[in-house]
Amino acid sequence: MPADSSLAAVPAPDHLTSPPPSLIALFVAFAKMSLAGFGGVLVFARRAIVEQHRWMTADEFNETFALCHFLPGPNIVNLSMVFGSRFRGIAGGIAAFAGLLGPPLVIMTTLATLYSRFGDVDALRRILAGVSCAAVGLLFSVMFRMMLPLFKRRDAVGLIVLLAVFVAIGLVRLPLPAVLLVAVPASIAVTLVMRRRAAI
Amino acid sequence: MNPQGSPILTLAWTFAVMSLFAVGGANSAIPEMHRVAVDVHHWMSDKQFTDLFAISQLSPGPNVLIVTLIGYAVAGLGGALVATVAMCLPTAVLAYCVSRFLTRSTRSRWPSIIQAALVPLSIGLMAASGFILAQTSDRTWAAILVTAGAAVLAATTRLNPLWLLLAGGCVGFAGLLG
Repeated sequence: MPADSSLAAVPAPDHLTSPPPSLIALFVAFAKMSLAGFGGVLVFARRAIVEQHRWMTADEFNETFALCHFLPGPNIVNLSMVFGSRFRGIAGGIAAFAGLLGPPLVIMTTLATLYSRFGDVDALRRILAGVSCAAVGLLFSVMFRMMLPLFKRRDAVGLIVLLAVFVAIGLVRLPLPAVLLVAVPASIAVTLVMRRRAAI
Repeated sequence: MNPQGSPILTLAWTFAVMSLFAVGGANSAIPEMHRVAVDVHHWMSDKQFTDLFAISQLSPGPNVLIVTLIGYAVAGLGGALVATVAMCLPTAVLAYCVSRFLTRSTRSRWPSIIQAALVPLSIGLMAASGFILAQTSDRTWAAILVTAGAAVLAATTRLNPLWLLLAGGCVGFAGLLG
């Protein structure tokens, strides 16, 4: 990669990252990572932004992603807006946002048209049934990976919160806003108390 | 909010509100999408919802684009576009505002506390997502075996998830799920 050789020629540490991308470069980069991202775009976003284009260091990327992860909404979509606007203002944010969502939107609507026409075909029904079984398995594996640290820390309070949310949403089928309006403040309060206690 | 009005407006309102409550990303919002699309508005059956989930997982792009499929099922092309923008734009704008605010202010410990507090919530929501979808997709022992197999392989190997989805599709096509 030519990026490595140019890196050696630039001594200042704050030049480890490349010059800011243009609007078109933002659109194209996010479109590419979006189209490469089967089952999650984050891995490809990190690879493109940090390793390929060197627009951000790994730490900067992690900080930006942490912010987008703790805010509501689709994380990677939030990231596109925050990332693009950091370099090119609101226009940059919109370019990255449109790049991330535009091309897969075209694919999705095509698939939706096909599904509405052929969704009743028996072979397609069988295939989709099999795919959903596997997709549910993938969901459980992500859940399991996220749960592991709670078990390791013996975080009983966290596990109780987890279980309560599961029962309220999965079994009782309460509306999400109602559950979160109770669960978010409760969980924040408990986390605060536990941290205070740990600090003493 | 507007059940008698235009379906496009209902889509816009529903997903714009939902996005603000989607803590932990798109897969945590699946139970709410299911509740709204199947139980509240009767836009589709359980089976159709699970099919759309499968299609969205099988396609490139962010997982949140299941809302595009739901929007299309409700109101065609316009519905697809409106649902997508309603689910994605409000929180992206919020993220933009917060990121500008945070770079100006001093480092606060609140983001880390809120983030830690939200982790168990989003895991609970994902568990609910899996449970609700499995009620439709995993009605036979063979289907449960496929789900369990995919979960174990995804958790223990670095296999690309796409292969697991395609393998599931092949098993289904072969008629092994009953």
